[in-house]
Amino acid sequence: MAVPVAAPSRPASVRRIDTRRATLRAIYIIWYRDVLRYSRDRLRLLASLAQPLLFLLIFGTGLSSSLRGIGGGLAGAPSINYVQFIYPGIIGMAVLFTSIFSAMSIVWDREFGFLKEVLVAPIDRSAIAIGKALGGSTQAMVQGILLLVLAPIVGVTLTPLAVIELIPLIFVLAFALTTLGVVLAAGIKSMQGFQAVINFLMMPIFFLSGALFPLGNLPWWMTGLTRIDPAAYGIDPLRRVILGASGVPVAVTDRLGLTVGGQTLPLMAEVGLVLAFGVVMLGIAIWSLRRPA
Amino acid sequence: MAEAAIATEQLVKRYGEIEAVRGIDLAVMPGEIFGFLGPNGAGKSTTISMLCTLLRPTSGRAAVAGFDVTRDPDSVRAAIGLVFQDPALDEQLTARENLEFHAFLYDVPRAIRAQRIAEVLGMVELADRANSKVMTFSGGMKRRLEIARGILHSPEVLFLDEPTRGLDPQTRSHIWDYLQDLRRREGITIFMTTHYMDEAEFCDRIAIIDMGRIVALGTPDELKARVGGDVITIATTDNAASAAELASKFGLTPAADNGTLRIEASDGAALIPRLVRDLSARVTAVTLRRPSLDDVFLKLTGRAIREEQAGALDRMRMMGARFGGRRR
Repeated sequence: MAVPVAAPSRPASVRRIDTRRATLRAIYIIWYRDVLRYSRDRLRLLASLAQPLLFLLIFGTGLSSSLRGIGGGLAGAPSINYVQFIYPGIIGMAVLFTSIFSAMSIVWDREFGFLKEVLVAPIDRSAIAIGKALGGSTQAMVQGILLLVLAPIVGVTLTPLAVIELIPLIFVLAFALTTLGVVLAAGIKSMQGFQAVINFLMMPIFFLSGALFPLGNLPWWMTGLTRIDPAAYGIDPLRRVILGASGVPVAVTDRLGLTVGGQTLPLMAEVGLVLAFGVVMLGIAIWSLRRPA
Repeated sequence: MAEAAIATEQLVKRYGEIEAVRGIDLAVMPGEIFGFLGPNGAGKSTTISMLCTLLRPTSGRAAVAGFDVTRDPDSVRAAIGLVFQDPALDEQLTARENLEFHAFLYDVPRAIRAQRIAEVLGMVELADRANSKVMTFSGGMKRRLEIARGILHSPEVLFLDEPTRGLDPQTRSHIWDYLQDLRRREGITIFMTTHYMDEAEFCDRIAIIDMGRIVALGTPDELKARVGGDVITIATTDNAASAAELASKFGLTPAADNGTLRIEASDGAALIPRLVRDLSARVTAVTLRRPSLDDVFLKLTGRAIREEQAGALDRMRMMGARFGGRRR
């Protein structure tokens, strides 16, 4: 006997989807998925704090002690030690690594098929780029902010005002580096390809960013390379704010900082450059994900 | 809706020199379970990818749920559900979270979201595992979850690309129960590919595809009727001589297959005693059966669909390597 099945909640015929609204929702859910996965992964959270700590406590302390031993000190800035100098750089490193690795999840999703679920959805592909960029930026920003708790260990005093200034600075850096990662991940079809990116792009960006040494007085070819490193323009503002809050005079941070053509850039100009870089990268990422197969 | 749920006209996909799909014409009716049957590399996945707007056709036209796949891909995407050949779930998330993600992407109204998720989870019997992470699921459970996800947004047409591949027979028949149930409850059109002949029997209609072309289309019974009556398989002490005798004495056209001879005959039961008596070589084994879709495929293409078979397989491998990337 045919029992009438309770009419399922099937909406009438074909629903016309408002693509713009759907795209906004998609950005939200793609961002949310990234954040959810990140917040669940306690081990990763812990591991990603261990690496900066290693740099600060072992690499930083070791190098600073041996330099002092051979009559060094931080050139031109005797009032701060090396660990204090690299502390903002290590925050930048954490942001850089987290950004690039979170963007790698696109390659991972492609490998494991999940990306298809998003690619066939009735949404604009720009949602993937934007959602991923925001998801990665959020993770990297949280990672950077978490490192601020290490300030007392390295002998840096942070004021509440400095922390409030640092949060948007960290976010802008995270955004620029994540969008760069998304551009790369959108073009890379295999995990091996991403490995190459890490070795040939992420490490150079880190070393040339001024995270580990001041960017003045370098050989000409290296000066050129550091000036095209987007991370350099993001780490310098962090250093100015962190050391400034600790009472280091502006004259000293200027001398340690980034100059272009002999000129010290205003902080907002640096931030503007980093943000502009991120916006351009986001544009390229959207274009690259929209291309039809 | 009298309009076809899926309609294609001379659909072609070319990759450089190679034509993966070489002019396909189809009309799938609403509410139909339509099977796309063929060996690996025949063009099944390429066709499904074009219908789902994942690949752009080189030429020809295709419409799904009344929308053109090249001119109006967003409407097509909104109207279809898709179960992929390879799992496409986020294993770090729970079953419910995977479905919520999907509900957001497809704009399932907030008011019915939770109810609809509960409904589809119940349908595939995963309600009790809703809050478990997908990485703890077996292959069959994942596939069921993907089917639930495919229908979550109440699509007009559900595409399934090899939905039972790699699953054990028991799970496979379970999946079929869900699909039949689904069609009954939601009146959905189901378009699926498979290379399992026995599964094609569950479909209302089947298209057999080989080398990018449809070689036969009809109900399973219609297709089987194309094979003349019964299928007899015999093994003799001298197959070559027997084959010649079958042609000369009986007017039959035997086909050699794996050390046996296959014969199609209208009244197989009466023929067997005559074969045993009249063939000079000794008959060592005889089987008699009703034709299967395997026989149909063999008759139409001259080779079996079984993957072990060489020849066809080499071509598939070649094309598989060439188009392996299409499953992106």
